[in-house]
Amino acid sequence: MSYITLPERSSVSSSTRKLFAGMPPTVFLAFLIIVIVALWAIVPSLFTSHSPVTAVPLDRFESPSAAHWFGTDYLGRDEFTRVVYGTRSSVLNAFVAVGIGLAVGGALGLIAGFFGGLTDSVIGRGVDTMLAIPAFLLAVTIVVALGFHTVNAAIATGITSIAIFARIMRAETLRVRQSVFVESSYLQGGSRLFVLFRHVLPNAYRSVLALSVLQLGYAIIVIAALAFLGYGSPPPAADWGLLISDGQDYQFAPWLVYCPAAVVVITVLSINRISRWLRNTN
Amino acid sequence: MATQHELTPADPSENSAAAGGRPSTLLSVNGLSVAYGDQQVVDDVSFSLGRSESLALIGESGSGKTTIARTVLRLLPNSAKILGGTVTFNGRDVTNVSDREFRPLRGTQLGFVPQDPGNALNPVRSIRVQAHETAALLKLKDKAAEKQRIFETFEQVGLPDPERVYRSYPHELSGGMLQRVLIGLAVLPRPPLIVADEPTSGLDVTIQKVVLDLLSELKASLGISLLFITHDLAIAAERADTLVVLKDGVVQEHGTSASVFAAPKSDYTRELQADVPAINPDRYRAARSVRAAAAGEQPTKQIELRSVSKTFHTRDRVITAVDDLSLSVQRGKTHALVGESGSGKTTAVRLLLGLEQLDAGEIVVATETVSGHSRSQWRSARRHLQLVYQNPFTSLDPTWKLERIVREPLDRYNVGDKSERHQRVVEALHNVGLPDSLLCRRPTNLSGGQRQRVAIARALVMHPDVLVLDEPTSALDVTVQAAIMDLLVRLQDELGLTYLFVSHDLSLVRQIADTVTVLQDGRVVEAGSVEQIFASPEDPYTQALLKAIPAVPRLGEDRRVLDHAAV
Repeated sequence: MSYITLPERSSVSSSTRKLFAGMPPTVFLAFLIIVIVALWAIVPSLFTSHSPVTAVPLDRFESPSAAHWFGTDYLGRDEFTRVVYGTRSSVLNAFVAVGIGLAVGGALGLIAGFFGGLTDSVIGRGVDTMLAIPAFLLAVTIVVALGFHTVNAAIATGITSIAIFARIMRAETLRVRQSVFVESSYLQGGSRLFVLFRHVLPNAYRSVLALSVLQLGYAIIVIAALAFLGYGSPPPAADWGLLISDGQDYQFAPWLVYCPAAVVVITVLSINRISRWLRNTN
Repeated sequence: MATQHELTPADPSENSAAAGGRPSTLLSVNGLSVAYGDQQVVDDVSFSLGRSESLALIGESGSGKTTIARTVLRLLPNSAKILGGTVTFNGRDVTNVSDREFRPLRGTQLGFVPQDPGNALNPVRSIRVQAHETAALLKLKDKAAEKQRIFETFEQVGLPDPERVYRSYPHELSGGMLQRVLIGLAVLPRPPLIVADEPTSGLDVTIQKVVLDLLSELKASLGISLLFITHDLAIAAERADTLVVLKDGVVQEHGTSASVFAAPKSDYTRELQADVPAINPDRYRAARSVRAAAAGEQPTKQIELRSVSKTFHTRDRVITAVDDLSLSVQRGKTHALVGESGSGKTTAVRLLLGLEQLDAGEIVVATETVSGHSRSQWRSARRHLQLVYQNPFTSLDPTWKLERIVREPLDRYNVGDKSERHQRVVEALHNVGLPDSLLCRRPTNLSGGQRQRVAIARALVMHPDVLVLDEPTSALDVTVQAAIMDLLVRLQDELGLTYLFVSHDLSLVRQIADTVTVLQDGRVVEAGSVEQIFASPEDPYTQALLKAIPAVPRLGEDRRVLDHAAV
């Protein structure tokens, strides 16, 4: 396998150089893609001069060209611009989803693994129940209950991922709890909470962190899927899933499906690649 | 490096006659160099092993001894590269033969006894299946004939009930029995060479002796050559004809056991020899007599266990871990708690530290009865009672920096202010011989010996009266062990500490302890001063333990005479 060597620049700190040295090129490419997508979410206006909402009736259904990279839609809006402006809601909501799963699931897993006994049994059965319900069905049900909006879709996605976060966190906590250094800390007068937050958590969180990166990609897909099915924000929002859904009505303009779908696929694949790299390097 | 002496001692003539013109040297390694990636782990190693002789490769972890054994057996991982040299087996260069050509040699020509018998057999298949796998190498006419040979071999290696072993699964047998099964499977096809990689390091001392006796006996009765891999100089000197001492992949010394032992030429061998407890029973005699003189005036009991009992209940049975155990430790002295695995010594320590609650009896530390204490009472009692764990690779939190690890007890007990704590951390580190520059390191960047020093510093930082040492050196190399023992003896002298030293290693106990309690199955079988117990053990179990200490060959004695006497 070949590795990327970055040109030495004085502005690049040595620790950053160390991080990039020895990184496989595919991971480097994945990081590059994620940085671009992140910039789309933060400053979309930098990447396009078109408006995502204003219709240009003369330019309807133009195929991809230098002027319109992803072509134009049924109102003559630039599809690339819509994808770029849709990033914020799609990606930020994926973070919301992972945040919910990580916080709630992580806490449940930590408590279950650390205290054991009855606590573990109760949480464990709850998690089993959640795992028994198909995740997508659960998400759809929650969105219906909360109302049709992308944030609600994100909350629903987050709730469905609680179980898997809890499982992993519990397993890691159990492993660390039995370590000799944990017992040693008790012997040195450490209280249970001290041991939990200073010894167990720092030693247990790593694999959960790798999982949360993986879950980020999964959340993007689920949120896009919910939007595709109409469980997200209504038009004229520009969520990635909604764009794909809108495009499928016009079979003579396939770029309206392929282009936003390709963005979703590439983003998710990049995140997966980074997650796998994180897991292997730790 | 002087590695090319002619080492095969005068060959037993009956062997070459039986061999019918085959070379008298069975295995010879010439100028072997092996590297993992950029790191060379074996550098220009040469030795040779004659028929029905034994040779021991001695070295500490990282010395390359296992790599050499793996090269001989062609079990090197893909990342390893042979840089040069040859391995000649039975007159044939096998360094670069293909796996297909080498395979027929495995088992029938080269037997292997692995290090950890618990992991070496497939746990989901019975011994029967695994034994027949090996027996198939014999190419006998049917299963019945194979079975007969298996039973013969099992009897030969001293398995009391071959029928039961044959039908058992690995988890149904003890470690000693499994190692016999493995030795049996190795000798079953009657290979001329057996490679034994630390064959006894996972076993209790009494079983260790039995296994080593068995190997020596098989060597004599079947004419098998033995290549021993070991870190224990005493065992090697007792069991092997020839010694090869390795350090960092380089041969330090090479010669017959008797000559290497009587007159070690290299500094490293001399150091190794000085560090082996079995060879130097009087290493700390001076310190001990100082202690004896000091305590003679006014003996005070620092720790006392009175008729302590503890039973554990599992689903289907009751295990009495500690049964009516009484012992006392005088202030400023070292008391050793000795026993094999399952003897209850660890449970006794856990009871003393309040990690388990006792069922009956009483524990007194200084003048305070600590048994029956509440959580917070235990917390204050433990300030004066510190534990050093067996394995420094697991007892330090890998995410913490050294300063914080050592400071943790001070933080938890709120001792002094910030600068005073830092002061005490630095003082504790100096006490254990570590520089301040390590304060910002994490344990992963330290060697095993450094880690154990950190663990001791952490125990000392509270200025305790008692250190409980739970096999503090059993995970460490012998020279590192000696350095840690030196440190412990010095600290006891300087700080007047009382030690409760838990160990299975009697030769170490003989070196450093004042008094000793021998445990078996949770009961005290014998207790008294070290001189008394080691000079005239009364209980048969104690006698067996003492016999297991490798006998140090007296200078100039011919090893082969001893071997013949043993047969």
